[in-house]
Amino acid sequence: MTSIPFTSETPERPRVGHGSHGHGHGHDAATGGGPASKRVFVAYGFWIFLLSDIIMFSAFFAAYAVLVKETAGGPTARDIVDLQNAALETAFLLASSFTCGLASIAVAARSKLWFYVGMAVTCLFGLGFLSLELAEFIHLIGTGAGPTRSAFLSAFFTLVGCHGLHVSIGILWLLTMMAQVFAKGFRADIERRILCFALFWHALDIIWVALFTVVYLMGSIQ
Amino acid sequence: MSHTHNHLHQHGHDFAPGDERPDAEGIAEGIRNYLIGLGLAVLLTATSFFIAGTHLVWQPSIPVALIVLAIAQMGVHLVFFLHITTGPENTNNVMALAFGVLIVFLVIGGSIWIMDHMNQNMIPMDQIMQMQR
Amino acid sequence: MFGKLSWAAIPFDQPIAIITAGVVALIALGIVAWVILRGHLPYLWREWITSVDHKRIGVMYTLLALVMLLRGFSDAIMMRTQQALAYHSAGYLPPEHYDQIFTAHGTIMIFFVAMPFVIGLMNFVVPLQLGVRDVAFPTLNSVGFWLTATGALLVNLSLGIGEFARTGWLPYPPLSELAYSPGVGVDYYLWALQISGIGTLISGINLVTTVLKLHAPGMTYLRMPMFCWTTLASNLLIVAAFPILTATLAMLLLDRYLGFHFFTNAAGGNVMMFVNLIWAWGHPEVYILVLPAFGIFSEVVATFSRKPLFGYRSMVMATMAICILSFMVWLHHFFTMGAGADVNAIFGIASMIIAVPTGVKIFNWLFTMYGGRVDFKTPMLWTVAFMVTFTIGGLTGVLLAVPPADFLLHNSLFLIAHFHNVIIGGVLFGAFAGYTYWFPKAFGFKLHEGLGKAAFWFWFVGFYVAFMPLYVLGFLGMTRRMQHYDVAAWHPWTLVAEVGAILILIGILCQVAQLVVSIRNREELRDVTGDPWDGRSLEWATASPPPVFNFAVMPHVEGEDAYWEIKERARAQEEPSQITYEPIEMPRNSPTGFICAFFATIMGFSLIWHIWWLVIAGAVGAYATFVVFAWRDRDEDTIPAETVEQIDRAHRAAQRQAIPA
Repeated sequence: MTSIPFTSETPERPRVGHGSHGHGHGHDAATGGGPASKRVFVAYGFWIFLLSDIIMFSAFFAAYAVLVKETAGGPTARDIVDLQNAALETAFLLASSFTCGLASIAVAARSKLWFYVGMAVTCLFGLGFLSLELAEFIHLIGTGAGPTRSAFLSAFFTLVGCHGLHVSIGILWLLTMMAQVFAKGFRADIERRILCFALFWHALDIIWVALFTVVYLMGSIQ
Repeated sequence: MSHTHNHLHQHGHDFAPGDERPDAEGIAEGIRNYLIGLGLAVLLTATSFFIAGTHLVWQPSIPVALIVLAIAQMGVHLVFFLHITTGPENTNNVMALAFGVLIVFLVIGGSIWIMDHMNQNMIPMDQIMQMQR
Repeated sequence: MFGKLSWAAIPFDQPIAIITAGVVALIALGIVAWVILRGHLPYLWREWITSVDHKRIGVMYTLLALVMLLRGFSDAIMMRTQQALAYHSAGYLPPEHYDQIFTAHGTIMIFFVAMPFVIGLMNFVVPLQLGVRDVAFPTLNSVGFWLTATGALLVNLSLGIGEFARTGWLPYPPLSELAYSPGVGVDYYLWALQISGIGTLISGINLVTTVLKLHAPGMTYLRMPMFCWTTLASNLLIVAAFPILTATLAMLLLDRYLGFHFFTNAAGGNVMMFVNLIWAWGHPEVYILVLPAFGIFSEVVATFSRKPLFGYRSMVMATMAICILSFMVWLHHFFTMGAGADVNAIFGIASMIIAVPTGVKIFNWLFTMYGGRVDFKTPMLWTVAFMVTFTIGGLTGVLLAVPPADFLLHNSLFLIAHFHNVIIGGVLFGAFAGYTYWFPKAFGFKLHEGLGKAAFWFWFVGFYVAFMPLYVLGFLGMTRRMQHYDVAAWHPWTLVAEVGAILILIGILCQVAQLVVSIRNREELRDVTGDPWDGRSLEWATASPPPVFNFAVMPHVEGEDAYWEIKERARAQEEPSQITYEPIEMPRNSPTGFICAFFATIMGFSLIWHIWWLVIAGAVGAYATFVVFAWRDRDEDTIPAETVEQIDRAHRAAQRQAIPA
């Protein structure tokens, strides 16, 4: 894959890039070094997207905070919160973040085997998290504590469910990345996508920290 | 517009968020980093769960303690898993994060403050129902 | 099988709606038929529909905005006419229809005129000003545009199939809940905005990344043109604010579709929370619209005063201050909802403080003009008109920021006059200035100046005649959105406002004529140098229209007003230095955007009409499109060095002829 050297008009300026591994000097827009490298700006763009996603979650958090007491005579936070389940979910997600980190190291070390292992274990932990959450939702709906019961429950299901939806999309993405590495190897663009996936997966765990703290832990002491 | 860089050797001025520092020694050090992060996170999480259930702590302080612990956990994730540092190569990433955090506080804090006042000034529901008849 | 969709959805019983829908459908079909029969489809598909070139996408965004301006303005003149006629009379628009018209007017003008207009201009100009070849994510850019077009399409479909919302452009519950809006109108609104909201967010991410990470060598942050700074601020706001809109509209959708209780009256829902959250988006939204306009004015004032912009650093600080402050004032949209005096006071004071950085900008523009040789071409006319008009609008805004005053004026025509004052005087005048200023860069010929000036004067006078009476009506107590009234004192003012609307109509017709005449006379209006206004920034350094790669060699920037420096240097030396041409890799065209939007349209339509199997089919299609795109192996094409050299030498020859010896 050829790269493009961008030459400027003054001939004494050294040529930039050309796939060289030692001369990656000053690809930094802020200090006038020219456009940033693709890996940097792709990851940065995804970082910005993640911030927008976090702000979306904050709107759902705000709604939850406003509606947490609006139980319309139905179950309260204390009634529906299962701390053991939440602890297990937290363990699964935290472990998956760790194994995702290991998978990132595998990419840097160019080891396909450890990449697959790391991602597969991450996937299993993620699926474990999702199945616990799904079971919780089914149980709640079955006992009449579904999202249509009260404003509080609407907010609960939406906030927790939105996170679960993100985890599901993450797992779909994870499997797609495994397939892409299998089909095309550690190509530059695939490496970039794996970096973005890792950012996404870690961000989901960060949001989960806020979630279990505000919804489950604070809910249990209402 | 495409450059092929082995990211472990990249030493430009700017860092992709999530990328490790170039002086990271390699696999062993990388794994060590993640293990430290995992350990700290487990510690903080376990503390959170413990505090929520215990009666050993002064009760009114529990929500604050939980929030502090949550922020600490998020910090552990940012530093050990996402490799966010305060170095000059990370400035853009940190500024963007700071902006996002500011907005989150404004939206959540502002909404709670506003809605609390609104709710206080609302006529009680049964009085409204009476006015409907 | 078809959900709620049936032949009853077509409004055969509403003559105005059905005739309009019929005419529009016929025109649309006619255009499609002409394109296909004249064999233009391959060209259109290759050069525009599948293009990922920021210049093409910028032009398409602007075209969308201008077409939707005609629809939004039609709604406006229908409303003005109704209010002029409806004194002691039912007028000609029944309430169910009138309500849809004012809802559509606001929705279209904000989301499908103002937003695409500024986003289109930013997309077109910013990479050129930064001296780079494209935005950070070109294919995503195409996806963003086509999703916005999908939203516009859905809103317009509602005219002929079903109905539109009757809630006003922000669908407050409980009116927008299922109980009081059981039809498909609110659903059309919600899905159109959710889909186009994804497009807007994509644009936001793209432009933030481009401005912060992709510059020509030598261009530090403090050497960027002012338009790039305002683009950064505006798109930071997009990234921060649009997620709130997405979340809030999603909550309303959950209420309507799945029986949730976020905003219902029953089961503990809180209708006020909708108002709070939607305005937490809504206030930053207006700054998203106006900041790019401020940037355009900075460019135009500097160019047409032949002076560098006065106070560049204070402008940057003011812009970023506005960016942050715009997230601290949103309650002023609902002072009267009952948060109490303390909360109202704090937000009222914050709303006054936010006027200060804008004042700084106005003074900087004035100081730029002072001592310069001002050339009153059409873009400069729009700019001067903006300074006067926006100041008045801003003053009425500060007046409204005083909570006790707002308690009297909230939701009166005073409010309507204020926000039209700032949006038309700020955003629209800025967009028109930018359109006229950058048109030659996009197409290689200028717009007809005489018709441009005529359009300007009709718009300018028409605006004042149409909206100053509304301030008076606000003081006289007239509420907004009235379908009829019987207060004698109001009638003369509504008649004057109608005259103003007609003047604006003539202005719009002048703009249409200007476009037609300019295209017909394009050889006389041709710009061969790429620099018709003697500009100061890098977009004027390339040919008009620029080649697909923008710059044959990336410019090396040494100071602010990058191109001015280059021109000065070129005038000083006679010989251009030796240039080495390299092959250039550009991103390949891709149908991903168009096809994604196709499936998004199907999903949106079937969600609105509850055709569940079609929703799933659309979702599968969209995901498949994405996977196909993700699987491609080659995402760039190479332009050989000889071609680059050929194009560049031709442009330099034309430029050398134009630079005075």
